[in-house]
Amino acid sequence: MKARAFSYFRAATIDHALDAHARAGDDARFIAGGQSLVPALSLRLQAPRLLIDITHIDELRGVRREGGHLRIGALTRHCEMLSEPLIAEFAPLLHAAAPFVAHPAIRNRGTLGGSVALADPASEFPAMILALDAEIEITGPSGRRRVKADDFFIDLFETALQPGELITAIYVPLFRADQRFAFDELARRRGDYALVGCGMLATFAGERIHDIRISYLSVGNTPTRVRGTEATLIGSRLDAERIAAAQAALEGDLAPPESDEVPPAMRLHLARVLLGRLLGRLGEGA
Amino acid sequence: MSGFDDSLLNEADETVRVRFVVNGRKVACEVAPRETLVDCLRDKLELTGTHAGCEMGACGACLVQLDGRAVHSCLIFAVQADGATIDTIEGLSELGAIADLQAEFHRRNALQCGFCTPGMLVNAHELLSQTAQPSREEIRDALSGNYCRCTGYEAIVDAIDAVASERMKAGGAGGGVT
Ligand SMILES: Cc1cc2nc3c(=O)[nH]c(=O)nc-3n(C[C@H](O)[C@H](O)[C@H](O)COP(=O)(O)OP(=O)(O)OC[C@H]3O[C@@H](n4cnc5c(N)ncnc54)[C@H](O)[C@@H]3O)c2cc1C
Ligand code: FES
Ligand code: FES
Repeated sequence: MKARAFSYFRAATIDHALDAHARAGDDARFIAGGQSLVPALSLRLQAPRLLIDITHIDELRGVRREGGHLRIGALTRHCEMLSEPLIAEFAPLLHAAAPFVAHPAIRNRGTLGGSVALADPASEFPAMILALDAEIEITGPSGRRRVKADDFFIDLFETALQPGELITAIYVPLFRADQRFAFDELARRRGDYALVGCGMLATFAGERIHDIRISYLSVGNTPTRVRGTEATLIGSRLDAERIAAAQAALEGDLAPPESDEVPPAMRLHLARVLLGRLLGRLGEGA
Repeated sequence: MSGFDDSLLNEADETVRVRFVVNGRKVACEVAPRETLVDCLRDKLELTGTHAGCEMGACGACLVQLDGRAVHSCLIFAVQADGATIDTIEGLSELGAIADLQAEFHRRNALQCGFCTPGMLVNAHELLSQTAQPSREEIRDALSGNYCRCTGYEAIVDAIDAVASERMKAGGAGGGVT
């Protein structure tokens, strides 16, 4: 199928993009990589009057250190998660998750801002910025604000983003020497959306976990932190007994929805398997 | 200062003029904003080597190089590509950049109907220009977004693997390919 007719506006600055959206109202959509929006338009799931192309806005580009954070511009492409040295060094969890996002040609165009704005619960990056305790910089008609990932993902495809607001950057706390991370997912075929995926970031005091954030994709309506499971791990060493306890706790944190493809009990089982693997890797210092 | 002209909102059906450098030549054409790049290449520029299959980003038949990187031409509107450099299978063939890949696909029966082949070649070209000697696992991974409904993937992986080795032997990553 083909998209319904729309007008196209190429914005040169953030102000231009916001202004165009304000004038077109509900009938406008920003387009970044287009790797989710174009299929949605082709299927006529969406039929905006105006597409505002934000990919030529230089202010939305670039990766740099800013205080204790890495500021990753909204237009940073998925392939840059693999090639950008600052990301490998200071946000290695995003680097580790990137090869699991779609296929190489899609990673050449898809953007971090687009992925986070869409907030697909089956997507890798929204779940990982939750594990990373990242902040989302949002710019709108009434100015700029930063929202914690914990407060950003509200419900299925629903976020703290108001219509007409742009994600301008993601701020990730710099990865430190006392931290460890791990990511993995289970999918039927590489590049497909995962049946279950999980990423974690832990801060260690010696061999004991001082703090840990564990986030799942594809287990509910939003990217999902498992706080009860995290609590069982704080202050402990990652021995077999403790990992088993964490796996048992997972049941209290996750309630995967009914689906034709994967029954909830199977998803929960896969989530436990992943948790065991990833905590095992953290324990080995991975 | 606003960069937005309100009359735009009433011009959805009107065509706009776009310019690209396609296969080394400057071209201009008139497109409606909703026209995808694959449709523009095939219908307006008569470059029918780029195939349209699913038109959803799932099959990989429509891959082209946009500013030097492989992208799905079904997932980008022609207006978005205004000003870009595009290389299609025709251009890559004319340049000879993928002659060894084409010969090896032929030799190993890595194509039958040929529908998927342009996308496979564009993807293989991208892979080998980034990783000189990918493992078979890496080749499979890179091709995971390209469907072939007749040949089966084994011969395609064999062909790419063989070309990578040949290029390595001939001395140098990428073997003169840009
Ligand atoms: C075959 C296929 C397989 C895929 N597999 C995966 C996968 O395994 N994992 C995965 O995570 N993704 C997958 N994707 C989706 C892909 O990764 C997209 O790149 C990503 O989800 C959206 O990013 P984008 O830049 O393309 O956004 P777009 O498609 O341009 O936009 C998506 C939405 O976000 C809005 N938007 C975009 N940028 C901003 C911004 N800066 N501020 C506010 N709103 C914005 C748009 O208006 C739109 O509503 C797949 C896509 C395809 C076609
Ligand atoms: S036609 Fe573009 S991926 Fe199938
Ligand atoms: S050769 Fe026919 S689809 Fe691949």
